Amino acid sequence: MKLKVNGDEVEVTSEADTPLLWVLRDELNLVGTKFGCGIAQCGACTVHLEGRAIRSCVMPVSAVASKDIRTIEGQATEKGLSPVQRAWLETDVAQCGYCQSGQIMAATALLAQNPNPSDSEIDAAMAGNICRCGTYPRIRKAVHLAAALMAEEQGR
Amino acid sequence: MSDALTPRSLSRRRFVQSSGALLFAAHCPVGLSGKAYAGGAGAMMNSFVRIDPNNVITMLANNSEFGNGAYTVMSMMLAEELDVDYRSIALEAAPTTPEYYSPLFREYLTAGSVTTGSTFIPMRTAGAKARAMLLEAASQDWQTPVAELTTEGGRVTHAGSGRTSTYGELLDVIHRLDIQPPEAVELKDPSEFKILGKPARRYEGAGKVDGSAEFGIDIKLPGMLYGAIARPPVHGGSVIDFDATEALAMPGVVKVKSIRAGVVVLAESYWRAQKARAKLKIEWDRGVNAGVSSEQFYADYRDLADTPGLLAEDIGDAIGALDAAEAAGNVVEATYEMPLLAHATLEPMNCIARVEGDTCTIWSGTQYQSNDQEVISRFLGIPQQNVTIHRPLMGGSFGRRSSKTADYTVEAVEAATGESVPVQIIWSREEDIRSGHYRPLFVHKLRGSVDESGMPEAWHQVAVGQSLMQGTKHDPGYMVRGMDIYSLDGCLQEPFGVFPYGTSYQIPNHRVESHNAPKKGIVPQEWRSVGHTHTGIAYECFLDELAHKGGIDPMELRLRLTKDHARMNRVLSVLKQKCDWDTPLAPGRGRGVASRIYNISPVAQAVEVTVAENGDFTVDRVVCVVDCGFAVNPLGIEGQVEGGLAYGLGGAAFGNIDIVNGEVQQSNFHDYPVMRLPQMPEVEVHILPSDEPPTGIGEQATTPIAPAVANALFNATGRRVRRFPLSSQGFNLV
Repeated sequence: MKLKVNGDEVEVTSEADTPLLWVLRDELNLVGTKFGCGIAQCGACTVHLEGRAIRSCVMPVSAVASKDIRTIEGQATEKGLSPVQRAWLETDVAQCGYCQSGQIMAATALLAQNPNPSDSEIDAAMAGNICRCGTYPRIRKAVHLAAALMAEEQGR
Repeated sequence: MSDALTPRSLSRRRFVQSSGALLFAAHCPVGLSGKAYAGGAGAMMNSFVRIDPNNVITMLANNSEFGNGAYTVMSMMLAEELDVDYRSIALEAAPTTPEYYSPLFREYLTAGSVTTGSTFIPMRTAGAKARAMLLEAASQDWQTPVAELTTEGGRVTHAGSGRTSTYGELLDVIHRLDIQPPEAVELKDPSEFKILGKPARRYEGAGKVDGSAEFGIDIKLPGMLYGAIARPPVHGGSVIDFDATEALAMPGVVKVKSIRAGVVVLAESYWRAQKARAKLKIEWDRGVNAGVSSEQFYADYRDLADTPGLLAEDIGDAIGALDAAEAAGNVVEATYEMPLLAHATLEPMNCIARVEGDTCTIWSGTQYQSNDQEVISRFLGIPQQNVTIHRPLMGGSFGRRSSKTADYTVEAVEAATGESVPVQIIWSREEDIRSGHYRPLFVHKLRGSVDESGMPEAWHQVAVGQSLMQGTKHDPGYMVRGMDIYSLDGCLQEPFGVFPYGTSYQIPNHRVESHNAPKKGIVPQEWRSVGHTHTGIAYECFLDELAHKGGIDPMELRLRLTKDHARMNRVLSVLKQKCDWDTPLAPGRGRGVASRIYNISPVAQAVEVTVAENGDFTVDRVVCVVDCGFAVNPLGIEGQVEGGLAYGLGGAAFGNIDIVNGEVQQSNFHDYPVMRLPQMPEVEVHILPSDEPPTGIGEQATTPIAPAVANALFNATGRRVRRFPLSSQGFNLV
């Protein structure tokens, strides 16, 4: 089966019902995407499918063949970190850091659809991403900062 | 002063002195001054610092990183004295040898919010001694007095001659001239600090935004097999028999075997192991805990609370004062009940083990290396030094990864025994919720009275719950006259055992008793802020009940009760101002306050809530004032406060592990809810300036939030919550 991950076409051999999460982690060694609950409750496994945030722990790999899949490893470009990643660093969001790949992917998908979200829009879009360290206040701040960074980039 | 010899003031003085000595004695781990320079590619300047010829400075970190910021504060301390950027320091986990044991715990353990306090002198000393050797080398080699040399950015410079060398370049000189570490060294005065005391971003932050940070679950070793364990439905149950025919026929499955923890499936990928596990047919012996239930715990503990417990403290005459006050109608009675709680770290427990001959290597996110080593060496019957521990980053811990039974570690070793390859065991979320260790369930029975002025006059508290320490190797150190000091965390006015801290309040008649509930049903474990997780609720909510009874404002009451405790009194005074305590709130809204001392740092929080008619409520605002001594990294402290209170708020709002017929009823985040972004309040953190030595902050904010919110709900609705979580009493945090 062929997958398109972070712009590259790759061949994978996992069984068709294997969740995308485990194909990414165990077959493609893209371990930035995390396992947290296995039932789409925590958001640690969030990746982009055709630009939308999905929970890879419940997505059979057969359902995403030849579709555009993006993971945390594909967020930085030759120009450097993405605006969301830069905002995350600037705001010093991470504590243990385990959920942050998923948080960043969720925030990136949100900002692609809504370049200037309000606090309540951020809350609604990111309620599915659990952070046990409680970095939530900084997540809110960082999303706003990322929105500003993106606006700045586009204005250039 | 004659009054300095009264028992009360004596104990207060002991509190300050012994707690200071406990955490900040400038004794350093062995090796700091004694270790001679070892030549070679990289040079160990002392136990904690290695410098390479290419000028890479490496810190050997003997405290673990699980979100607590240990790597950040430790690298800051070292960098400050070495005059380098803390982010330029490379970091290695220090090996699990006694040389690196915590000077406080005498074990290799990161716990109790003591990393900053207990490394503040040793890490700076390590940096200062290394710097002194570099200066001495340059001074002798260049024939210039040390006083004319400066250090910056990893170089020694002599301004007069313009000579300059990197630290790495000076290693040859140190070797050639046989420069030895100095016996003593002067540390920088805080006025000279360039790094300490300034906001610093997380040392290992970069890898946590690009996915490259390596957690235990991410490690892949050649040939490694993945293991999924089917665990007994009841804690302490065991396998009678199993049929793995179907599982073994599935693709990628290599082996199925019975271990003490259950039946383990070894496969080429974790998904395949998980999938095959579902096909196992297992006959379980449900064991001695088959009849255990949470409701029975509550009933049994309430009965126990009606009987005399072990006496922890009896100041004045609480019983007499209460009996006398009864006639005047000045007595309040209440029982507070707190459930079992799971830690639910987002990275599930996992461990890789490789067993070869009489050696064992593990890759494990752990707070408690020396204990893991001890338990594994006992299990395998090999010397402790033959167990090597590699420590990746941890996806949260909150106490869970300080397991005294080393449960998730030794089971991986058992699964790997007899295998020719490394084995990684990964827990599912369901295993984490159902088969983990828990904050023990507690019942606190309280009886208190107020005097004619309305102030608390007598306090009688009986705590009932399973002890964390009883019967463990920590028994001698943490049990006092048969009582677990953690069961009474922050409830006592006088010192108690090795941790001589308690409440900052002074109530003239104060009696506290403790019952160790029978050990059964679960394995109790420390949960962020340990005993305070339940004692904080009982003490601070009941104090609120007494304030109401006496008609005294709860903030004013706490200010009066802490008049002899300068640090807490200052925290509360600032809090009162910052939270606009005296500004009236609209109907349906309420305000609450609570304050606690955990490992010497006083912390107080005031919250505002809005409650709807159906009981749905929001926490609109939290103001938190902390005094954690010298604030080494204000940015990190703020993060620990925000996160710490989120953890405590989630636990109090909806955290509940319910056991019925021995089985945990919850299984994942849909029925064991935790805090999510929309529920997170606005948090204001005020760090009081202080020249005192730094004290803990990782767990301090977790405790006051639950009682502060419960008190605010009472303020808004007139309804007390005495059984937790709040959601079980119709109050739903939204």
